[in-house]
Amino acid sequence: MSEFLQQLLNGLSLGAIYALIALGYTMVYGVLRFINFAHADVFMVGSFIGYYAGKLVPEGTLWGGFSVLLAAMLGCALLGMSIERLAYRPLRGSPTLNVLITAIGVSLLLEYSGQVFFGAAPRTFPPIFPSQNFQFGSLTLSSNQIAVIVVAALLMLALQFIVHRTKIGTAMRAVSLNPRAAQLVGINNDVVISFTFGLGSALAGAGGILYAMNYPSIDPLMGVMPGLKAFVAAILGGIGNIRGAALGGLLLGTVETFVSGSQWSTYKDAIAFGILIIILLFRPAGLLGKFTVEKV
Amino acid sequence: MPKPHLALVAALLVALGLSHFSDQIDPYHLDVLIGVGINIILAVSLNLVNGYTGQFSLGHAGFMSVGAYFAAAISLFVAPQWLGAEGGSVLQRGLAFAGALLAGGLCAAVAGLLVGVPSLRLKGDYLALVTLGFGEIIRVIFQNVEKFGGALGLNGIPAYTTIFWVIAFGALAVFTVTCLVNSTYGRGFLATHDDEIASESVGLDTTRYKIVAFVVGAFFAGIAGGLYGHFKLTITPTGFDFTKSIEIVVMVILGGMGNTRGVILAAIILTLLPELLRPIAEFRMIIYSLLLIILMIVRPQGLLNFPRRAAKKSPAP
Repeated sequence: MSEFLQQLLNGLSLGAIYALIALGYTMVYGVLRFINFAHADVFMVGSFIGYYAGKLVPEGTLWGGFSVLLAAMLGCALLGMSIERLAYRPLRGSPTLNVLITAIGVSLLLEYSGQVFFGAAPRTFPPIFPSQNFQFGSLTLSSNQIAVIVVAALLMLALQFIVHRTKIGTAMRAVSLNPRAAQLVGINNDVVISFTFGLGSALAGAGGILYAMNYPSIDPLMGVMPGLKAFVAAILGGIGNIRGAALGGLLLGTVETFVSGSQWSTYKDAIAFGILIIILLFRPAGLLGKFTVEKV
Repeated sequence: MPKPHLALVAALLVALGLSHFSDQIDPYHLDVLIGVGINIILAVSLNLVNGYTGQFSLGHAGFMSVGAYFAAAISLFVAPQWLGAEGGSVLQRGLAFAGALLAGGLCAAVAGLLVGVPSLRLKGDYLALVTLGFGEIIRVIFQNVEKFGGALGLNGIPAYTTIFWVIAFGALAVFTVTCLVNSTYGRGFLATHDDEIASESVGLDTTRYKIVAFVVGAFFAGIAGGLYGHFKLTITPTGFDFTKSIEIVVMVILGGMGNTRGVILAAIILTLLPELLRPIAEFRMIIYSLLLIILMIVRPQGLLNFPRRAAKKSPAP
């Protein structure tokens, strides 16, 4: 029983990170209807910003940790917005396939420029937050895990607030519902799309820091697997649906942790894709998504 | 004889001729030539799926690995029993190799069918993701099967791949794809690519076309995989990962999707380029990715997609 609870906790903290990345996928899909493959690599850049910024602040202090987190979020937001401006905006209105290919191109560009500039060898992420282990009976809970869950929850609440209670959030929802109608009522779509990229990338940056805190080995290709899994999480919850992304991330993280704790652990990476395929076959709109019929 | 058939016969004759003189060619050049041939098979077969039929698959390396593993397994475990201790005659070895390649191709085609039937109901981004996912699943499975060497892969595969086999199967792949697309039946691939809803409303079974394209593509990817395994002599699951698929996709996009000539040219260029640019090898993938981004903005129809002749204007009324 205690082992079950322990695994559940580990799964939830992994799932919270997946959820943060998945939110970025889902928001971009909401406004632009395409998968931003480069999102996973923004996540990677986030943890590298954390790696370099972590050298500037004293290790293991709360303010240091939060300023590193903030730096990564800001850096990633800027990166995401410039990617949108330079690579995706010129393609507004061209076929989905072209945008998809561009997204793959941007993703590869970030990965391999990372290999050239950061070096391909994995590095150890500094312990930026104060760390401590807490015992609850037979349960072990590290402060990093608590930090991951708390920070992720706070960020998701903030996101929920921005999307539902602010003017720009309302504009985001309007663009996602119908871009042309949004333009007709005076919304500047370019600004909203740029903001969406910034917001999603900031969450990915935070995810990068949180991930690197728990799995402290970072390299330029580290984004690929978590990125793919976060994407599966976004589909699992229903792509374009913000709550769905959070739910999907938590579910996927938990399932994966339980699988890697079982005898099937070597199949851990295949599980996410198995779930993806099952979801797409039986409920393509995802758990919380609405099913729409394509019209001519 | 129709033009494609003539070209096929000519290519087979060239293959025979070259294999006769292969002793006099520099082994390094021969290796590069074999690499070019294998990449042409991969690119042309993926072009049937991604180009002509318009279904974006990112899992071609997965099918390649299925072919590579099964062909290698036959050469390693089955063929020696048939050939006997002396290794058999040249003809027997050739037959065994052809059999292994075809079996590898068939296994890949079956894998293509298994993957294609469920996933081809999806479109665009989703399809790309699912094929990527299947590619990764295939890799994980090979990593976990002890019979296939697990993460270490298979070693000591006999070096059967010669320039003859590569050119022969390359010509066969180009021939099959060209004839398939230009046949009455094959027009359905282009129709599926152009407008799925419109083709369905005139009675084309678009799902069937997609699956046929997928299976044929997977078959040749499997053949290419078999050739690759018997050329490199050792195969590991990580050799067939996502980056390999991307490499093939870049060839298809650079050549112009749905343009066999361009794709062949692109495969040749992109295989030779890394050989020529060895000093800046670490920038290879950066160049590829920049090429993709800039190409999509500036020339989305592909770099090597030249109009063959001016379109005939319809006579003025």
